[in-house]
Amino acid sequence: MYDGGKIIVGLIIGVGLLLSPFIYNAGTAAKAPDPELTPKAKEAKVCVKSKAYMTANHFSLLDVWRHTVVRDGERYFKAEDGKIYYKSLQVTCMDCHSNKSKFCDQCHDYLNIDPYCWDCHIEPEEK
Amino acid sequence: MGVNRREFLKIAGISTLFGLGGKAAIEVLAPGELEARTEALPLTEGKRWAMVVDAHKMDDALMDKCIEACHREHNVPDLGNPKEEIKWLWKEDYHHSFPGQQHEWIAEDIKHKNFLLMCNHCTNPPCCRVCPTQATWQREDGIVMMDQHRCIGCRFCMAACPFGARSFNWGDPRRVMTVEKLKELNPNFPTNRDYPTRSKGVVEKCTFCTERLAKGQIPACVEAANAVKEGAMFFGDLSDPDSEVRGVLKKHYTIRRKPELGSGPNLFFIV
Amino acid sequence: MLDRALKGTGGYWGWLIFLLALMGIGFGCWLYQFHEGLRITGMSRDVSWGFYIAQFTYLVGVAASGVMVVLPYYLHDYKAFGRITILGEFLAIAAVLMCLLFIFVDLGNPVRIMNVIMYPTPNSILFWDMVVLNGYLLLNILIGWNVLSAERKGVHYPKWVVPLIYISIPWAFSIHTVTAFLYAGLPGRHYWLTAIMAARFLSSAFCSGPALLILLCLIVRRVTNFDPGKEQIRTLAGIVTYAMLLNVFFFFLEVFTVFYSQIPSHMESFKFLFLGLEGHGRLAPWMWTAAGFAFLSLILLVIPATRRKEDILAVACISVIIATWIDKGMGLVIGGFTPNPFERVFPYWPTTPEILITIGVWATGFFVLTVLYKIAVSIKEEVAA
Repeated sequence: MYDGGKIIVGLIIGVGLLLSPFIYNAGTAAKAPDPELTPKAKEAKVCVKSKAYMTANHFSLLDVWRHTVVRDGERYFKAEDGKIYYKSLQVTCMDCHSNKSKFCDQCHDYLNIDPYCWDCHIEPEEK
Repeated sequence: MGVNRREFLKIAGISTLFGLGGKAAIEVLAPGELEARTEALPLTEGKRWAMVVDAHKMDDALMDKCIEACHREHNVPDLGNPKEEIKWLWKEDYHHSFPGQQHEWIAEDIKHKNFLLMCNHCTNPPCCRVCPTQATWQREDGIVMMDQHRCIGCRFCMAACPFGARSFNWGDPRRVMTVEKLKELNPNFPTNRDYPTRSKGVVEKCTFCTERLAKGQIPACVEAANAVKEGAMFFGDLSDPDSEVRGVLKKHYTIRRKPELGSGPNLFFIV
Repeated sequence: MLDRALKGTGGYWGWLIFLLALMGIGFGCWLYQFHEGLRITGMSRDVSWGFYIAQFTYLVGVAASGVMVVLPYYLHDYKAFGRITILGEFLAIAAVLMCLLFIFVDLGNPVRIMNVIMYPTPNSILFWDMVVLNGYLLLNILIGWNVLSAERKGVHYPKWVVPLIYISIPWAFSIHTVTAFLYAGLPGRHYWLTAIMAARFLSSAFCSGPALLILLCLIVRRVTNFDPGKEQIRTLAGIVTYAMLLNVFFFFLEVFTVFYSQIPSHMESFKFLFLGLEGHGRLAPWMWTAAGFAFLSLILLVIPATRRKEDILAVACISVIIATWIDKGMGLVIGGFTPNPFERVFPYWPTTPEILITIGVWATGFFVLTVLYKIAVSIKEEVAA
């Protein structure tokens, strides 16, 4: 091929750069996420929605909540069992899940997710 | 045979766009599944919230208490310099609060008086007219609300507001917790852990305490004023003919800031 | 056709590398701004728009001026301008690109910029500005590229380009009218609350843009084998003259209304800009300099003998650009915010990072302009050969 030498060299450098993160981390494995419930959360037994739903969709729920709270003025949520919750990440959710570093951050850190919620919403103080 | 290099690149580019666009289209068009479950429990029933400040009953000390109550409730940082200051509620003298009304022979008591200023929650707000993302808008109950999730920080609303009621977060407000000089000014920041702070790059202002109204409470500044002196501040619904604010407005002559601009401010001052 | 930009003289590459260096510095400063927030600029609670928005305003004018070449050629069959429409269109592309970049660097939350598209707000003039600016960019890219491409192949451009060209003419007027509406509809800013704002914007656009185009044509003639043409430059000079006369006349209309009516809130901004107010008068020497250059440019432009000598014309064009840039790129925005709604004066001056970011954006625009002009000129040189 034309310019074969340059192409081969370029390919080696390119593929090398592409694979460099894997080479750098070869042999190590990140610790699997291990979210812990607080005693208060364990006692509550139920969240605003089922565990399966929340694990898969808590961010969508929070997105709908922030829209309906701020823009529509609808600040209360009725769960399936009829219980009413005040729609607030830092007041309601973090009231039960106050161990953010042992709960939320477990999966977030593993997946390298950095939700910007905490830029404004105040994290619970952890001992 | 073939596709030449140019056509190949064109096809690849357009397929990528379709691929990305297709995914986005699926997400946009899929119906939400949460809406059916949440229910609205309306708590505020006012149609046109307004505030009346009795300038004669107000003094600097009381105003400071109101400002402190507001800024404490909403984690408003003290940034220590007027260039980037954030204020939801503040004091201003007569000359600068009502520049069109100023003249040389003002009554002595007014001349040296400060007035408590905040967002006027206008009936015809120019700020809402200009916001390109509806990050600020007028609610049905008349309150001009802020959605800091949506604000892009263009500051058009700040240019449009004729009253200088809006503040912008030129930097991260939480730096008051780390920068030495600012730590002294803000010893207990955040002062209210049940309310968020803001982040850098968004506009903020008084919201007539919508989060308190939702719980049936009056705005923090009015509560603080009433705790010290009755009748210094009133808050209520102008559309309710029996409301206290309507009574006060009927009884006393009041002025508003820059009424000639037609924005319809809902902050009245008894002078 | 992009490959034409990859072959050039040492001077060409030197210029591009110089621009890239400025772009790099600007970008680095912008990263600093992105991290720290807009507090690193000179803007404040009272002067909440500054240098970036002022540059954007000036450049919308330059972008709109492409129509001053397109209109005579396509609507009035002024064949001479056929030689340089592509230069006007490519200048418009570079200018609109800079406008969009200046808006971007001015945002407090640039990552949310798509909100303007996701939540369309027809009552907001900024929404319409987004629409018309991007539309104009697209129009000029489609028209310019296809017309140039056809010229290279020696054929007539495809028929579907024609309606786009006709649309681009009122569209050019619209981009600057909409930008003027950003300012002219705000009830609390008396320096801007005037019906003549859009007219002033257009008149200053139609002198500053073609003035820049004249200078670019003179440079193109100097450094390449393509001569935009003596007649073309003469006609453009005539356009600059009339537009500058209108521009200065409109300014005096403003001065009359404000100072004859003697309304304090209307007079204060003018006093601040030209005389200083409450001890703050840093802009005054700039504004009088602008007035001086405006006056000089008018003398040189109105007198046919000086207008027709191209080196004096170049001086006149530079004077027009200096005068209009100071008026729009410095006086307009700061003057609108000063004094503030409380009738206090808060001085504003751009900080060093702010200036470096500004220079970086200008360099980006000139980079794109250079590349596009290189392509256009190379093709014209080939066709001529």
